[in-house]
Amino acid sequence: MSTLTAPWIILSAPLAAAVLILLFGRFSRPLSAGLAIGSAAIGCVLSWWLFVQPDPAVSLQFPWIVMEDLVVPIGVTIDGLSKVMLVVVTTIATLVFTYSLGYMRTEEGYWRYFAGLALFLFSMLGIVLADNFVMMFIFWELVGLSSYILIGHYFKKDSAADACKQAFIVNRVGDFGFLLGILFLWAGTGTLMFSELTTTGIAEFAANPFYLAVACVLIFCGTVGKSAQMPLHVWLPNSMEGPTPVSSLLHAATMVAAGVYMLARIFPILESAPAAMDVIAWVGGITCFAAALMATQQDDIKRILAYSTISQLGYMVLGIASASTADVSMFHLFTHAFFKCLLFLCAGSVIVGMHHEQNIWKMGALKNKMPFTFLATLAGGLALAGCPFFSGYYSKDLIIAWAVVNHPFLGWLSVITAGLTAFYTFRLIFVVFLGKPKSEHAMHAHESPAVMVIPLGLLAVAAVIAGYPFIESRFFHVLEPTHVPHVLHPVLLVLFAAGVLGAYLLYGRAEKDPVSIPFFANRLYIDNLYAWMVKYVQDGGAAVLSWADRWVVDLFIVQVPSKLTWATGFVLRFLQIGNIQAYTFFFGAGVVGILYLMIFR
Amino acid sequence: MSLISPLLFLILVPLVAAGFIMLGLHARKTALVAAIANLVFTGVLLFNYSIATGGYQFESSMPMPVIAGLGIFFTLGADGLSLLLLLLTAIVTLAAVVVTRTPEKNGSWFYACLLFISAGGMGAFASIDLFFFYMFHELALIPTFLLIGIWGTGDRQAAAWKATIYLALGSFILLLGLIGLFLMQPDGMRTFDLRQIILMSENGYLPQGHWVYLLLLLGFGILVSLFPFHTWAPQAYASAPPPAAMLHAGVLKKFGLYGLLRIAAPIFPESIAAFSNLLLIALVGNILYVGYVTIAQRKLDTMLGYSSVMHMGYIFLGFAAMTNLSLTGAALMLFAHGLSIAALFALSGELRERTGTLDFAELGGLGKQMPKFGLLFGFAAFAAIGLPGFVGFAGELLIFFGSFVAGVPTMMSIEGREIFRLNNFQIATFCAVWGVVISAVYMLRAYRKIFFGPMNDRWAGLSDIAGSPRFAIVSLIVIMLLTGFLPQLLIKLIQTASI
Repeated sequence: MSTLTAPWIILSAPLAAAVLILLFGRFSRPLSAGLAIGSAAIGCVLSWWLFVQPDPAVSLQFPWIVMEDLVVPIGVTIDGLSKVMLVVVTTIATLVFTYSLGYMRTEEGYWRYFAGLALFLFSMLGIVLADNFVMMFIFWELVGLSSYILIGHYFKKDSAADACKQAFIVNRVGDFGFLLGILFLWAGTGTLMFSELTTTGIAEFAANPFYLAVACVLIFCGTVGKSAQMPLHVWLPNSMEGPTPVSSLLHAATMVAAGVYMLARIFPILESAPAAMDVIAWVGGITCFAAALMATQQDDIKRILAYSTISQLGYMVLGIASASTADVSMFHLFTHAFFKCLLFLCAGSVIVGMHHEQNIWKMGALKNKMPFTFLATLAGGLALAGCPFFSGYYSKDLIIAWAVVNHPFLGWLSVITAGLTAFYTFRLIFVVFLGKPKSEHAMHAHESPAVMVIPLGLLAVAAVIAGYPFIESRFFHVLEPTHVPHVLHPVLLVLFAAGVLGAYLLYGRAEKDPVSIPFFANRLYIDNLYAWMVKYVQDGGAAVLSWADRWVVDLFIVQVPSKLTWATGFVLRFLQIGNIQAYTFFFGAGVVGILYLMIFR
Repeated sequence: MSLISPLLFLILVPLVAAGFIMLGLHARKTALVAAIANLVFTGVLLFNYSIATGGYQFESSMPMPVIAGLGIFFTLGADGLSLLLLLLTAIVTLAAVVVTRTPEKNGSWFYACLLFISAGGMGAFASIDLFFFYMFHELALIPTFLLIGIWGTGDRQAAAWKATIYLALGSFILLLGLIGLFLMQPDGMRTFDLRQIILMSENGYLPQGHWVYLLLLLGFGILVSLFPFHTWAPQAYASAPPPAAMLHAGVLKKFGLYGLLRIAAPIFPESIAAFSNLLLIALVGNILYVGYVTIAQRKLDTMLGYSSVMHMGYIFLGFAAMTNLSLTGAALMLFAHGLSIAALFALSGELRERTGTLDFAELGGLGKQMPKFGLLFGFAAFAAIGLPGFVGFAGELLIFFGSFVAGVPTMMSIEGREIFRLNNFQIATFCAVWGVVISAVYMLRAYRKIFFGPMNDRWAGLSDIAGSPRFAIVSLIVIMLLTGFLPQLLIKLIQTASI
């Protein structure tokens, strides 16, 4: 084993598992699950091993397309950034795959599910390891595919069928910009390799700052789609139609973070395009605030967490644009992966315990029925809300500090968001676990099996400690900003306390939601706007064009010349030409005749 | 140069087999044997083609001119590009024969027609002489019309006549263009040998030939369903029996673009540049206008027909941009689209066979009843919308990269002032990349409407895909995946041609 081959084994194991499950999985449920979990475990072990090795000086590459200026290898980058991401992705994947054994044990489509998970792991690792933009784009699209497969797991349900389609299409809208951005960067520098773009490539744009800014904003569109930033965030809450482990792994911990990872990968380029950084900061800041507002009024346990994910991803995007190093956002990505994954798995445990009820107003008093799940949720919730000595406190406050220094308006907006985060998190916890049981199922809820609870325990430990300085310093090199306002940290603590207290006062004993803000509950009406646009602008326009194609283009450009030709043929019919074979024969003969006349006239 | 080219066998095998079928041999078995023999034979040729040497190989010419004084010789030869298209023809022919359900009425004639189309395609792609290039395509059109008119569905006769007459018109315009190409050569040197015409062009013997190029563009354009000359295609494909649609959309329609790459690209680079805006408008029409028309379709067969028209826009973009990257991408897309549309038409035929309808409103939820069918359809659909891993993605990528840097650069900085302006090729590239979103919309909608959601009880008895049709479609998908993982092999092959 060497550091040269290990990344290839990590990458190819899940692909091999996916193919094998596709071919043989339908014959045996344990085989499907075993292959998927085995491939993730191999990746996990090798990733941790790779993490403690020094970076290799060279890497293996295979030419995929090599033509003139267009050099697209399939190769791997092993550096600090990708090693951290490898560890996060493979570790969480192993835990979630294992948890799935319990969650999916009674579900149909077992092999399809595990094949999808293995395909996802392969694609995600491809993004992490990619050493050039096109390779990243390839795997970027493939995670889109695996997300489509997994969201659509319950494809017989109309809602799931619509959600997976929407997720794929919205991501393609983002990829539209992403691919164009790649074209811009390549046209400007002649290379697609990250190593060259982030070093010598930047100099090519010294005289064209606007060009570079346009390129960076277009590339950022990829992040907007994949990391569900506004205005392309609508697919992520709907993706909750997938099985809960999928929501946990793809739509909270890893896949949606790929957009942030990509920004971190090209951070030196972004740094030299301040105008693009401003766009990124505003998108991130507004997303972070607006999604938190929407989260406060949702009733579905998974959708609350989905809006929370969007909001937290907004923090990371804002962090990229504010901090002097991408490690600040990567640090939050790291802690968020653990505590958000944990929260989703807890939600999954609750949902299983509640016989697939997801409305928090049908739950209540689960604290005693599901004590492990309660404690784990509490750990995750405190981390998310930014309680001191929990992981989120360290990473989120760091981003906020940088934002307050470099983008004061967005920074203070994100401070307010921190209070909202504490509020909606504890709204969820109080309504689900405290109070009185609000339905029959809630009275008879039960704790989940060990195969589900053990991953919860491990993740809960990680959610608490992942932000401690002794861990952070091993994975990242983060810097504190200078000139942080002294009031910032006290304000954050007060807002945390106010959020929890406010949630307790409003929701501690509530039987139904005492607050009703339709504007937030209806997701700022953005989904409605899009539905209207799809129905009337896209489909209406398409119907008009289709009508025009039938009655205008076809009539004038095809029918009329055809009829004229046919009329000529009709005249010729009087010359004893009746059937198609003869027609063609004479046509051919005519060709020769015309040729003959033209040459020897 | 020998008298007999091994390529001749590729043409003769299906012709002779068709002859035997008409004489009474078992139609399906004979057709299968011929199609397999041709595929094996194409493989052997590919294996023996020397990429290092490049250029036309396996050349042959009858020593006597076919028509005295016109410089028409029966000349065959193949380079990497021709071989790629020959391979496509062989693969799609075999797949089409395999998925054919022998019709009750004149079953043996059906197979003979398929083989005639195959022979025509093989002949066109293996011809160096432009007269035979043209005549072989004509030969292939006749059985296509018969297949639609006799064994088609729906308003088959109207569709057949419309397509027949319109394509005959396109062929006629193309013929005028080819005659023009002949006449613009200096007197005494006139020939239909493509190699010599290109040589003349390179050495400056040919005058500027704008009008010849426009005739070729219009003629080939009609045959390939260039916007706005496209409306014959969806109706014809919807009415055609699936094997005919596979062979026409998969192979025969490629003739026009192949012709543009082969003839127009090396001979008329200046004319192409001069009229590039015209072509860009038309091809953006293919991608955006036809793309949105595709979204509005309510039946699978017309939707596939329109989607095939839309995809031609990408290949036209690769041609119009005239960079090495984009032309190679266009050639790759010819191959990729041929395979994916063949797989989709085969699947839609299998579906109609089971349900009797392709109307989205009546279908739904079939994924539960026919999981393997759904899986294969998913593969083919994602291949068609250019998902990475399939060869179509590599083709689209090369076209986008090639066309983005085509034409005169308009972005620069003069004395410290930055000028940011997109040229027309870049604007067309923007539109084409948006087309990737459009194609996801219509393909995933169709997939969702057919296979997802609750199922109507009426479909409870449907049988899953099995047997030889399944084998044929799996093979098409595997080829798309293999070439998608290793596109460099095909790129090297295409690079041997002087396009």
